[in-house]
Amino acid sequence: MASPARPRRARPSLARWLLIGISTLILLFVALPTLIVVPVSLSATEYLSFPPQELTLDWYHEFLTDPDWIRATMLSIQIAFVVAILSLVIGTMAALAMVRGLGGSGWMSVIASAPLIIPTIIYAIAVLLFFSQLKIAGSFQGFVLAHTALACPYVVIIVSAALYRSDPSLELAAMNLGASRPRAIWEVTLPGIRPALVTGAAFAFLTSFDDATVSFFLANLSDMTLPRKMFENLQFFISPVLAVVATLLTVFTLALVGGLSIWQSRRGAQTTIPTE
Amino acid sequence: MRGRLHRMLHGVSASRYSAASTLLLLAPLVILLLLAFYLPLAQFLSRSFMEPTLTLDNYARIADRPIYATILLRTFRTGLIVAVGTLVLGFPIAYLMSTLRGWRLVVVAAIVVLPLWVSVLVRTYAWQVLLGRNGVVNQTLEGLGIIDAPVKLLNTEFAVWLAMTHILLPFMVLPIYSSLRGIPRDLSQSAQSLGASWPNVLRHIILPLSLPGVAAGTVLVFVISLGYFITPMLLGGPTTMMIASLIGQQATKLLDWPMASAIAAVLLFVTVAIMALFQRVLRLDRVMGNG
Repeated sequence: MASPARPRRARPSLARWLLIGISTLILLFVALPTLIVVPVSLSATEYLSFPPQELTLDWYHEFLTDPDWIRATMLSIQIAFVVAILSLVIGTMAALAMVRGLGGSGWMSVIASAPLIIPTIIYAIAVLLFFSQLKIAGSFQGFVLAHTALACPYVVIIVSAALYRSDPSLELAAMNLGASRPRAIWEVTLPGIRPALVTGAAFAFLTSFDDATVSFFLANLSDMTLPRKMFENLQFFISPVLAVVATLLTVFTLALVGGLSIWQSRRGAQTTIPTE
Repeated sequence: MRGRLHRMLHGVSASRYSAASTLLLLAPLVILLLLAFYLPLAQFLSRSFMEPTLTLDNYARIADRPIYATILLRTFRTGLIVAVGTLVLGFPIAYLMSTLRGWRLVVVAAIVVLPLWVSVLVRTYAWQVLLGRNGVVNQTLEGLGIIDAPVKLLNTEFAVWLAMTHILLPFMVLPIYSSLRGIPRDLSQSAQSLGASWPNVLRHIILPLSLPGVAAGTVLVFVISLGYFITPMLLGGPTTMMIASLIGQQATKLLDWPMASAIAAVLLFVTVAIMALFQRVLRLDRVMGNG
């Protein structure tokens, strides 16, 4: 089979092979440690052992039948879901105002992206102090408020970037045809940046779902979020159920972000994974 | 109805939203951030000056007790080590990525980027499993006959450095990759065809042109690691406390809020100062590059 004509390339040099060899080792260092949780979750022994002597799904069963783990998981999913929707709406509105209203962001983008820059530990303590006075520390509303403040900047950044790339004259054309501004935004502008909206919502969900630091300080012992419960386990009694949770979390995250990237690259849009 | 007719007859030329609609669209975010972000921060940080009356005592206390200086220095040292570690491991990957195209690039990029979205708790837990007394690392070393008895790896500074390097690596690779990607491929090819050796191409073309990315990655990793809480807490020992754990301890265990506030203010000041400094460095670079 003749391959299509290509510009003749020099044979990979020794340096090239060296680069590929070293990089492969580093990439293994990046990818493998996290994956260790999979065999541990299937191991039959109570203590951590690798490689597992015997395989079992017992720990998965234990996770699924433990009301505490399930309650923590459900609480985290509910919080993350509300956070994703709130962040998407609030962040998209702000992105529209910043790109199409202020015409460039300047000071507003500094104000909006501050939650990304401030060390999370400082925010966690501040919000614990503040919410305790309002009696919403550890409550559902408290988590939603704190996580939405942390997640909105991601939506603002992702949606603004998409708005800068999209053509504002489409919105004007719709208005010239008689649509009101809100209708033009709803029916023309937003559908045009759908991939960015989905990505923003997904990242807002994960920001909330994975948040360990704010949860650590905000959660009380009766209403634990999933990361808080994991932290508890990590510190005091490491059971293989933790490996099950870690495995499920990893699989869920990789499926969500990976699936999103594939969906977007099919649409030819900007992906979460940098390519060209 | 009149508005619509007016628009249809005269067309819409205003490409920008009116001030009123802009404000209306911004209002939810501004209110949210005020209530759930700026107000809590302002209240917390103001306590360092306010207790019991207007004072700088809490900052004097930080300067007085050597333990605070020790923890601050340890935090900076950790940030530096992690920055160097991610740079050494990240540069080859970023460079390799800049030479790849098509599916090969996608695979390498996915391996680098996807872990960013996996919970920090999961990745920290994985290192607990690997570094434990009977963990994979100890078993492997024993199996190879390098050590006779398990070595204490967990709850050491080394464990913190290793795990944080692993977790923060993407923040180094991505900025370097994006500056290397901007280098035209012909540049190094023509240099090589003119007889430049590979080390010379690396030294005179690739390294200088990658500097903005290297600077961005180094500052990013350093600054993020200063405020790291979860990983040092779980993998470090009681003698390896870092500044984030110190803030948490002062606030929730010792209930010394003014002190927690003063230490947090120091951390915040250092973080913002480094970021501000770094922005100027980047701009300067750009100016010099154009000139």
